[in-house]
Amino acid sequence: MLEDFLSNPTAQFVLFSTVKIIVVFAVVMTFVAYAVLVERKVSAAIQDRVGPNRTAPPLALKIPFFGKLLQSWGMFQPMADGLKFMLKEDFTPSYVRTIYFWLAPAISVIPAFLTLAVIPFGSQLGGQKMVIADLDVGILYTFGIVSLGVYGIVLAGWASNSKYPFLGGIRASAQMISYEIAMGMSVVAVFLVVGDLNLSRVIEWQAKNGWLIIYQPLAFVIFLVAVFAETNRLPFDLPESETELVGGFHTEYSSMKFALFFLGEYAAMIGASAMMVVLFFGGWSLPFFGTPASTLLGGLLHIGVFLGKMIVLMVVFIWVRWMLPRFRYDQLMDLGWRRFIPLALGNIVVTALVLALVER
Amino acid sequence: MTKVVDRSPLSFYERTYVPALVEGLKVTARHFVRTVKGNNTAKDLGDGYYPEFPWRVNAGYRGAPYLVRDQDGATKCVSCQLCEFVCPPKAIKITPPGPDGPKADRLNAEKIPLEFEINMLRCIFCGYCEDACPTQAIELGHEHQLSFTDRENAIFDKKMLIDPPVEGAQASPQVVEPGVYTRSIPDMEDPK
Repeated sequence: MLEDFLSNPTAQFVLFSTVKIIVVFAVVMTFVAYAVLVERKVSAAIQDRVGPNRTAPPLALKIPFFGKLLQSWGMFQPMADGLKFMLKEDFTPSYVRTIYFWLAPAISVIPAFLTLAVIPFGSQLGGQKMVIADLDVGILYTFGIVSLGVYGIVLAGWASNSKYPFLGGIRASAQMISYEIAMGMSVVAVFLVVGDLNLSRVIEWQAKNGWLIIYQPLAFVIFLVAVFAETNRLPFDLPESETELVGGFHTEYSSMKFALFFLGEYAAMIGASAMMVVLFFGGWSLPFFGTPASTLLGGLLHIGVFLGKMIVLMVVFIWVRWMLPRFRYDQLMDLGWRRFIPLALGNIVVTALVLALVER
Repeated sequence: MTKVVDRSPLSFYERTYVPALVEGLKVTARHFVRTVKGNNTAKDLGDGYYPEFPWRVNAGYRGAPYLVRDQDGATKCVSCQLCEFVCPPKAIKITPPGPDGPKADRLNAEKIPLEFEINMLRCIFCGYCEDACPTQAIELGHEHQLSFTDRENAIFDKKMLIDPPVEGAQASPQVVEPGVYTRSIPDMEDPK
């Protein structure tokens, strides 16, 4: 009975997909928690501080040597942060539009996780393709989901029913919609080169012909900047901008609802880094390590290579945040509409012309 | 010497924002590397991190105000209340002795304050009291670690504000036996 069930391809697919979803979700949640720690440590180092080095559960300090070391690295800080979010009072102001106020954090966090479904995070592990959903329209799906993310922030700003969140929400809608155009256009050139929308095949193409950042450096720059704007990271964190708008769209949020926005931002960052690795840095492949793995060890190494590239890009995200001041609103719009969109369009035309000439 | 500031328009390369980006990355990377190697502020200013190793303040640091003693170990305050009047957040409260109050506990002074209180929650460390004081009795000191468990504790009275006495001197406020001083200004010999 059980063997019949397990040999059924549909059942196998369901089983393996469930396992993959659970593992990816767990890994991403861990990454989110420790990305916050890395952010705090890196910002501290950049500003000549030391960062979190105090938190530790009492028993952990009993471990000889390693207890103190982990404490000074702040390795227990994410746990304390998570616990704090659980225990804080979940406060809903009396003047908010309650349903939307509760809906907004969920809407901002779900798309961030959904985008991870199409990302091939490894080649093969025991005959299984290391991607949750090997969609043929991979990138289109991603763009569709990513543009849902803006609703969470806009809704949060509007549902809070007070002025600062409202301004933050308005900024978010304008900013994210305009940068989405530049982002989409920059990727068109990439797919002109590859000739396929399926992300697994994009990686296979790169494993054969070299990383796409060599072929499309301009597209990469535009994509990178647009991703900063899409994930609300400095220098484009205008929806949040603590200095002018208190907390922007999440001014009225506290406790777990605020934590969801936070989580969504970092999950979106992870998703965007993973997407950049797939599109421009050859995914799980290295120039000398490109064929899909046949052994278990090779498969794990490919996943390791992917995660390593992703971590490097995440550090770049964090680094840039502590380097650049926030753009003014009109500068942001100017950069988006009058610089990047024409550049991306030009890039498409040039790429298409070159491809046509080469094929002749 | 005049310094001529170069205000020539930015070149195309500069306007692309790339040089600013590169410069910024260089500066932050430099600080990152320096701190990771162990040269951080905690090391520059003290022997270690804060609660165990208090921050060493510079000689000119202006922290919480305190009352200064003279060479005999007595307070120099003459209860003129100028600091109380000048205090912008109204942190200082002086209770003067009044006409029937106790005499000064030292020579060369007519009055000493019965009570001298500073509410450290209100004090903004502006130093106006130091400026206003005619006898240089109040100064901003090096104390900066002020924390209280309730608001009552934030009000520092005369005993807490006065500096530790100089070596071998009597602590102030001094207990004055009645009849020791019959007048504030001592008798002086005629100039010869």
